[in-house]
Amino acid sequence: MTTSATPVAVPDPDAAPRADRTGDRGGRRGRNRTRVGGQAGRAGWLVNLVVAALCVLWLIPTIGLLVTSFRDPSAANDSGWWTALANPLSLTIDNYREVLVSGQTPMLNSFLNSLVVAVPATIIPILIAAFAAYAFTFMQFPGRDLFFILLVALLVVPNQVAFVPLFQLFGQLGINGQFIAVWLAHAGFGMPLAVYILRNYMSTLPMAVIESAKIDGASHFTTFWRLIIPMSYPALASFAIFQFLWVWNDLFVALIFLGQGDNMVMTVNLAGMLGSQGQGWNLLTAGAFLTMVMPLLVFLSMQRFFIRGMTSGAVKG
Amino acid sequence: MATVKYDNATRLYPGNDKPSVDALDIDIADGEFLVLVGPSGCGKSTSLRMLAGLEEVNGGRILIDDKDVTDLSPKDRDVAMVFQNYALYPHMSVADNMGFALKIAGIDKGEIRRRVEEAAKILDLEPYLERKPKALSGGQRQRVAMGRAIVREPKVFLMDEPLSNLDAKLRVQTRTQIASLQRRLGITTVYVTHDQVEAMTMGDRVAVLKDGILQQCDSPRRMYDHPNNVFVAGFIGSPAMNLFEVPVAEGGVKFGNGVHPVDRSVLGSTGNRITLGVRPEDLEVSGEDGLPINIDVVEELGADAYVYGSVAGTDPGDRPIIARVDGRRPPMKGDVIHVKPKADHVHLFDVETGLRLGD
Repeated sequence: MTTSATPVAVPDPDAAPRADRTGDRGGRRGRNRTRVGGQAGRAGWLVNLVVAALCVLWLIPTIGLLVTSFRDPSAANDSGWWTALANPLSLTIDNYREVLVSGQTPMLNSFLNSLVVAVPATIIPILIAAFAAYAFTFMQFPGRDLFFILLVALLVVPNQVAFVPLFQLFGQLGINGQFIAVWLAHAGFGMPLAVYILRNYMSTLPMAVIESAKIDGASHFTTFWRLIIPMSYPALASFAIFQFLWVWNDLFVALIFLGQGDNMVMTVNLAGMLGSQGQGWNLLTAGAFLTMVMPLLVFLSMQRFFIRGMTSGAVKG
Repeated sequence: MATVKYDNATRLYPGNDKPSVDALDIDIADGEFLVLVGPSGCGKSTSLRMLAGLEEVNGGRILIDDKDVTDLSPKDRDVAMVFQNYALYPHMSVADNMGFALKIAGIDKGEIRRRVEEAAKILDLEPYLERKPKALSGGQRQRVAMGRAIVREPKVFLMDEPLSNLDAKLRVQTRTQIASLQRRLGITTVYVTHDQVEAMTMGDRVAVLKDGILQQCDSPRRMYDHPNNVFVAGFIGSPAMNLFEVPVAEGGVKFGNGVHPVDRSVLGSTGNRITLGVRPEDLEVSGEDGLPINIDVVEELGADAYVYGSVAGTDPGDRPIIARVDGRRPPMKGDVIHVKPKADHVHLFDVETGLRLGD
């Protein structure tokens, strides 16, 4: 068979030092390259300064919010939040205690409501959209492209257009103010983008894999469930993050279809504080910060999917 | 264990006037290794995909084991396919990849494990069974794709250029392995390639396609010695056969300054010109008679040397004349040599139709 001939090593007095020299030079060149690469990658001090300044500028309001949320109401009314930094012992967690449990509209309950809204409102559209995207990508049926264009065209229709008809419809069904109303609304509003992102991702999957599954005897459902879903994890994850954050931060849909009361979500609760507690803004800051905790956690723990998700569908991810 | 029959199978893509596969007629015997070969776009992959059930058949029939499968879905045909890019399931381990079809078929776990391990042993994949495809080299992935087909124990293996993603050395090795594996398993195999060396070395029979039309289906030896038309003559063999258009003369055809004798009965029906084909190894250097060749390039391969040249005094065309010469005393670049075909080793074709004349 094909055996490559290995030449027998013959000691050559000239060759050895030359080899050493080359090796040495190679090593130096390697180090040089690293240094050059390091310089190219390292920004100048001016850039660092500007970036740092921008970060501080952007963060100041949030830091102010955080500090104020730990301050005594009277102190918060009398002086700026930065004065508290000089006297950290004056900080208190009373605001949080009041907002979370002992206030008129406890945030703890709203936090649970927000979760109850956001989790199904993320899972339902993803499941449906994944099925739809599979059909749009891998199945042949008349009018396929037309349906897809129609669906994607819905992206340009503002959600607000649908609020009144939906409100009436849900009213007739008697589900206004219940969680299922928000789930349905969010599922519908998120659907066009979900189908669009997932279909674009699936169409980059190698066709041969689907054909191979077909020959292996897999039905459409098996192909979808065992192959396409696992292979689409990046797109599914990135859409899930988008949808979750969007639902969590949404005020409008929640206000209309859930409103105030027992099923009130965090954003609605917060907006209510803004109206009724114009005097007690120390409570408002605490509530605002609690609302931010979840998006912050999601973002920090999943930002690598975030970045991938922004480009997924555009270019093979 | 099955026979395969293409019965006038035709595939016409919507929007095309010309069928991509035109009335293909091939009978493949049980356990045979048939290679479909041809230039790109000749319909060889389409033919294979028609057999797999991945392409619609617009006319004619396809039979596996005398059963008409023309309208059956791929899973009901009991065929296994190896794809050019392997099409492994990226999120499954090698063992799961190989066992996937059996799992769908509802075969019991122990049995799946046994068959996967058996195939892995044949293919030297045992150490890699728990790995994901991305942790494998190209050659190992190729073997997994083979393994996936083997565990199925199907009636027919279909292979669509399975070696084209391997490097040259590995391709030669794997070529032999696949051929011997197929002989051992005795499963009818249809193999698609564009590489005529692969076709000649692997197949029991070779089918040459061009523009969707079957040109010839024969054993490699027969294909080489007895091409049915000019296309097959030029396609099969490396380096390619020399094709000359020569005038008919008294007692034969004129070749350079001599006459190559051809039986009158062969020439009977044609006009006064004829296409004469000679393989490079059938051209011999011959002192002063024959065709004078101006040598442009000498390729020394050790045992042999090939000279590439053009007829002295003419413009060198796109297709050089190639002759095999003694590797120890090759002529020099720029020399002029005279060549003439060895007797009984020429192929004659009609200029108009390109069909073979005589035997």
